[in-house]
Amino acid sequence: MSVLVILEQTRGAYHRMSWEALAAAFALGQPVSAAVIGEPGEAATKGIERLYTIPAFDYSADGYTAVLAALIAQVQPDYVLFPHTYQVRDFAPKLATRLGRVLVSDVVKLHPDGTAVRQHFQGKLNSDYTFTGPGPRLLSIQAGAYRPDAVPAGAPVIEAFAADPGPVRAQAEAPFRESSRAVDLTAADIIVSVGRGIQEKDNLILVEELAEALGAELAASRPICDNGWLPMERQVGSSGQTVAPKLYLAVGISGAIQHLVGMKGAKSIVAINKDPNAPIFEVADYGVVGDLFEVVPALTEAINKLKA
Amino acid sequence: MKIAVALKQVPARDSAPGAAEADLQFEINEPDAYALEAALQLREAQGGEVLVLSAGPARVATAIREALAKGADRGVHIVVDRPDQLDALGVAQLLREAVASESPDLVLTGLQSDDLGSGQTGVILAELLGHAHATLIMAIEPQGATVRVKRELEDGWFQHVTLPLPAVLTIQSGINKLRYATLMGIKKAKTKEIREIPGAPAPAQVHAGPGYAPSRSKQAQIFDGDPEKAAQALAEKLKYEVRVL
Repeated sequence: MSVLVILEQTRGAYHRMSWEALAAAFALGQPVSAAVIGEPGEAATKGIERLYTIPAFDYSADGYTAVLAALIAQVQPDYVLFPHTYQVRDFAPKLATRLGRVLVSDVVKLHPDGTAVRQHFQGKLNSDYTFTGPGPRLLSIQAGAYRPDAVPAGAPVIEAFAADPGPVRAQAEAPFRESSRAVDLTAADIIVSVGRGIQEKDNLILVEELAEALGAELAASRPICDNGWLPMERQVGSSGQTVAPKLYLAVGISGAIQHLVGMKGAKSIVAINKDPNAPIFEVADYGVVGDLFEVVPALTEAINKLKA
Repeated sequence: MKIAVALKQVPARDSAPGAAEADLQFEINEPDAYALEAALQLREAQGGEVLVLSAGPARVATAIREALAKGADRGVHIVVDRPDQLDALGVAQLLREAVASESPDLVLTGLQSDDLGSGQTGVILAELLGHAHATLIMAIEPQGATVRVKRELEDGWFQHVTLPLPAVLTIQSGINKLRYATLMGIKKAKTKEIREIPGAPAPAQVHAGPGYAPSRSKQAQIFDGDPEKAAQALAEKLKYEVRVL
């Protein structure tokens, strides 16, 4: 049995989730090798058997699928693990299909027998996935599911691999960022963040008053910014900013993983939500289960009194 | 331009997790609703036809009818009684059969489903059809035989990509403003065609076990009951333990 981990580099630098996927691979208790499209870099210091290096070329789903399908055909691993990045979401299902296999995506835990735990209903339930068909078994690992420091150090055999990316149909232009960010949430000590539970734009005044009482920056989960109720630059999560303030107070945010990855590094997390099963309570230190329209004004008042 | 929209019917966002099917309310998966809206806007700008496809049991016809009421022209219902026994490849294979016979220029679907969240259907479907694809799409500009799209990358980065048609795009939530069905739309939808085709699923390679509550890695201190008292208790924690007041 053997495990192959496909590491990811963006503009020549390793994506940190590469090491998390590598850590997940060690949970299988099998010999682990890895592959990278790019220079070996830090991967050459990891305690893996073999590192396959493929000369860097610009990302395309067509090119990555062709090259990695050729690599997998040569290496014949029993498992292939990916970090569940946006790029992996773009090509790994295609690669699995090319191989006649099914990718189990966004896995939060991997057992030594290959059973993979996935979240359903945006984290409200877990489900154990098992493979019933032939290998290789393909899985992508959720951001933050494994600690990157769980990977032992070592010196792998480095082996160059080359394959033809073949015709690429997508013509990609240079990546860009929208206008520079006027709000740097990463500098804030206290953040009050608001989600779908606020229901209407006019209700934002409640969280604005709470933020003012705490001297906090106001942030939001994606749906609030999508609706245009707060500017995109105030979004926390995988498509927004990643923050680690002293206090993160989440109001009416259920805690989908896309949001959690942007804030679970906060020193203290407080959640106010009417649903006691909301995944946000899993990362919270303090929680109030209740109607935010009652709790938030009461909290603002209590804070103002305690400050006085 | 002929556009096919693949949509999934999922349990409503506030349903109790793990409830029996008979106790659930269903709705159109939200990212798929944005895909439908994008298709309707393209048709309004360019002319053409919007076709809606969905796989599932009899209840799925409600979701297709809702899409027709919003303005889609025709529906295709791929009838499968137990969609929960399909894996991601199985779902895409059912859609492939139905899409291939229609030869649309563009196939749109949401980037992922709110219930299972695999985020794979569109990409697998593209590979099965032999079409180019792009994911996490924020904007679509048709340009004759090609389409130029804006993709979302991580950490606030974006990228424009041009694909030859036919192509499959997976749509990011929130890229447009969803319309409501009008009374006229609902009336018209009653006369629009929904073609039923039997689905013949291939055996699954991956099996999903029953849902269970996740164990908490961190035990939150919870205040509930009277909101005034809960707020007071929390404010004291913020002052004396978190020390931010």
